[in-house]
Amino acid sequence: MKRLMLFLPLVLAVGVGIFLAAGIGKDPTRLESALIGKPVPEFSLANLREPGQTLDQSLFRGEVSLLNVWAEWCPACWDEHEDLMWLANEKGVRIVGLNYKDEREKAFSFLDRLGDPYQTIIYDPRGSLGFDLGVYGAPETFVIDAEGVVRYRHVGVVNERVWEEILLPVINRVEGKS
Amino acid sequence: MRFMPILLVAMWMFAATAHAQGEAPEFYDFDTQAEEQRFRGLIAELRCPKCQNQNIADSNAPISKDMRDQVYLLMQSGATDDEIVGALVDRFGEFVKYKPPVDRRTILLWGFPAIAVLGGFMIVAGVVIRSRKQSPEPALSAQEQARVRQMLADKDPSSRS
Repeated sequence: MKRLMLFLPLVLAVGVGIFLAAGIGKDPTRLESALIGKPVPEFSLANLREPGQTLDQSLFRGEVSLLNVWAEWCPACWDEHEDLMWLANEKGVRIVGLNYKDEREKAFSFLDRLGDPYQTIIYDPRGSLGFDLGVYGAPETFVIDAEGVVRYRHVGVVNERVWEEILLPVINRVEGKS
Repeated sequence: MRFMPILLVAMWMFAATAHAQGEAPEFYDFDTQAEEQRFRGLIAELRCPKCQNQNIADSNAPISKDMRDQVYLLMQSGATDDEIVGALVDRFGEFVKYKPPVDRRTILLWGFPAIAVLGGFMIVAGVVIRSRKQSPEPALSAQEQARVRQMLADKDPSSRS
């Protein structure tokens, strides 16, 4: 018994070591969305391209889509744009844009320079839908299934690796189910 | 040259006011002092999702401003504290609460201080009990004690004849 007790510090140290090692490499700034498994919040916002047209949550019915939150003022959005173009053109992904706390003119100049990968763009100058979605740092990309339910949220830029390793598996899983 | 200190003070005051004007002030109107206290309390215990070690009262991230606005609007519409916190948790997750609820996932977090204190007590109690149990052996054997007595007797001048 006494002998075994001598191993106690070693066991404790290994236990704490495993616990701490598990935390290494995790990015604490990436939070899981509170909306996973819930429908896209109700909204009523203008179409960026056609100011007279009002869009609502029915936009996400019928097809799996990516909802990409972006703005002209967001530097990382410039970085990821080329990859969004690639996703839309090469992979045929339906990407809905949420133009977040931006100005229409700036949004257009951004798209003129970098191209337009979006099937539709929701114009949210006051960030109201962004707030309901729990957006805390653009760019963010949501996977939304054909029923309009949020399935995944990625915070940060989308690139080829994020697509292959994270988003595509989620989409495959969602499409297999719905 | 006599005016130099005055000039410096004036410049400093100007710089200080210019700095104070740099950040747009925020005004929230409250009918009563109690309401304002309540607002301060709420924004102090909600955490900014962007700048993770700040509450939304201290943070000047845009998202914190939006959250403060939302807290204010909900308060004005008569929501209770739980409803307000709940509305933000529904959007940003449990993360925004500095006080997570006690449930299956957080029981270890909440329980750990008690477990640590209890464990400490048990260790201390164990040590104390064990040291008491050890039968108080005489430090010296009977033979040795006789020798000690002998030696002391030899040294004691009064016993010398």
